[in-house]
Amino acid sequence: MEFGKTIVLKNQPKIIGHYSIVGPKEGKGNFGEFFDYVMKNDCFGENTFEKAERKMLEAAIMGVVQKAKMTIKNVDVMVAGDLLNQIISSSYAARAFEIPFLGVYGACSTMAESMAVASVLVDGGYCRNVLCCTGSHFSTAERQYRFPLELGNQRPPTSQWTVTGAGSCILSLEGKGPRVTSVTFGKVVDWGVNDVNNMGAAMAPAARNTMLSHFRNTNTSPKDYDLILTGDLGKLGSEILVDLMDEEGVSLGLNYNDCGQMYFKREQNTLCGGSGAGCCATVFNSYIMKKFEKGEYKKVLFLPTGALLSTTSSQQGDTVPGVCHAIVIEN
Amino acid sequence: MENKQRNLAYNNYVKEKIPKTKAWPSLFYSFLVGGAICLLGQGINDLLLLAMPNISQQSAWGYTLIILIFVASLLTGLGVYDQIGKVAGGGSIVPITGFSNSIASPSIEFKSEGIVYGICVKMFSIAGPVIVFGTVASAGVGLIYWIISLF
Repeated sequence: MEFGKTIVLKNQPKIIGHYSIVGPKEGKGNFGEFFDYVMKNDCFGENTFEKAERKMLEAAIMGVVQKAKMTIKNVDVMVAGDLLNQIISSSYAARAFEIPFLGVYGACSTMAESMAVASVLVDGGYCRNVLCCTGSHFSTAERQYRFPLELGNQRPPTSQWTVTGAGSCILSLEGKGPRVTSVTFGKVVDWGVNDVNNMGAAMAPAARNTMLSHFRNTNTSPKDYDLILTGDLGKLGSEILVDLMDEEGVSLGLNYNDCGQMYFKREQNTLCGGSGAGCCATVFNSYIMKKFEKGEYKKVLFLPTGALLSTTSSQQGDTVPGVCHAIVIEN
Repeated sequence: MENKQRNLAYNNYVKEKIPKTKAWPSLFYSFLVGGAICLLGQGINDLLLLAMPNISQQSAWGYTLIILIFVASLLTGLGVYDQIGKVAGGGSIVPITGFSNSIASPSIEFKSEGIVYGICVKMFSIAGPVIVFGTVASAGVGLIYWIISLF
């Protein structure tokens, strides 16, 4: 097996601010009380859902800058991404702030990708404060990848619900906060799943690959972490990952969980759970960070996965490749 | 070669792991809602014939279809039809009301891209194939009918 690349950060950038904003359905989910802001409706005062998604990202950027007690001028670079074609939400949000911008795309793994890039920039001393922001919107993702909202179709039992929400954080060497100690950039892995409604199964091999790479490169095992958290494998995908890791002789115990699986309550009818770039971004920048602040977590391995397909590739019969990036956060 | 085998094994494993849709409840709700829509259509047809005794059966059928299509579009706009579809599945897709829903829903969805590039272009994005297949099939059947009638 080809292993991913792990970078151990010498200076260990700190997460000095975090912010999360979600839609009303997400606000009623399992993490409702931890989010900084819950929107009253999906439109967020805009006349299209795309503009609402952009405004959500802008709100997340403003929010995190305020929480880190700085101004937007203190931000050296923003690393951001989303799910829309040509990542318009992030680019247009960056337009509003006049700060240098790096657009990244890793589908639902974008939060970890942006944080990994940002922590390397900060660790090398090239930038002082780097802002990371990622979001997704149910209604924009549905119409880009699937069907119109009002179409009377049924969702297959393996499908997941794209989270409406955005999360952001600021990495810096100065200030206080949990530290990013190492990052692993993952490979693109494709095990031939071609069901676009079964993202969990398509992405689980990528998570396996990055997880194995990370454990090998850092000489650690699942026992060394308080929490191992994947992004949006969902109920089915995380079960598959546990099986895949078992085959490799690595047993994921009670300290393993998945953001998508935990996101919604059972009665919210989301089948295999939450998904989307906003899924792990909002959980990480609310619940996980707050647990760190309380001192309940000491060391967390965060490895969101992304399915790197487009409607064109799947209509042309291509299978669904996945990618997974890992970061380790320590208190 | 090794990867091919691994992928095949993995896909088989995933297939077994997938939660199955419960067939009987789905069929029951499909039958219930689909049947109700048909019953509604028959009711409208009978009422039309009762109210206007001098129209032909042919035109009563036409009016019934128009009314069903209108009601389904209205329910789509009000955000009700997709709720029915969630429960009924095929029961609300197969009747003409489902066809109406499949045209109305993208029209609403893509209104934001303007009348020409939004509504007009995207209107048939779901119903389009049905129309194409319908037209081709009827032409094919017409051709066969013509050939048979030659003898």
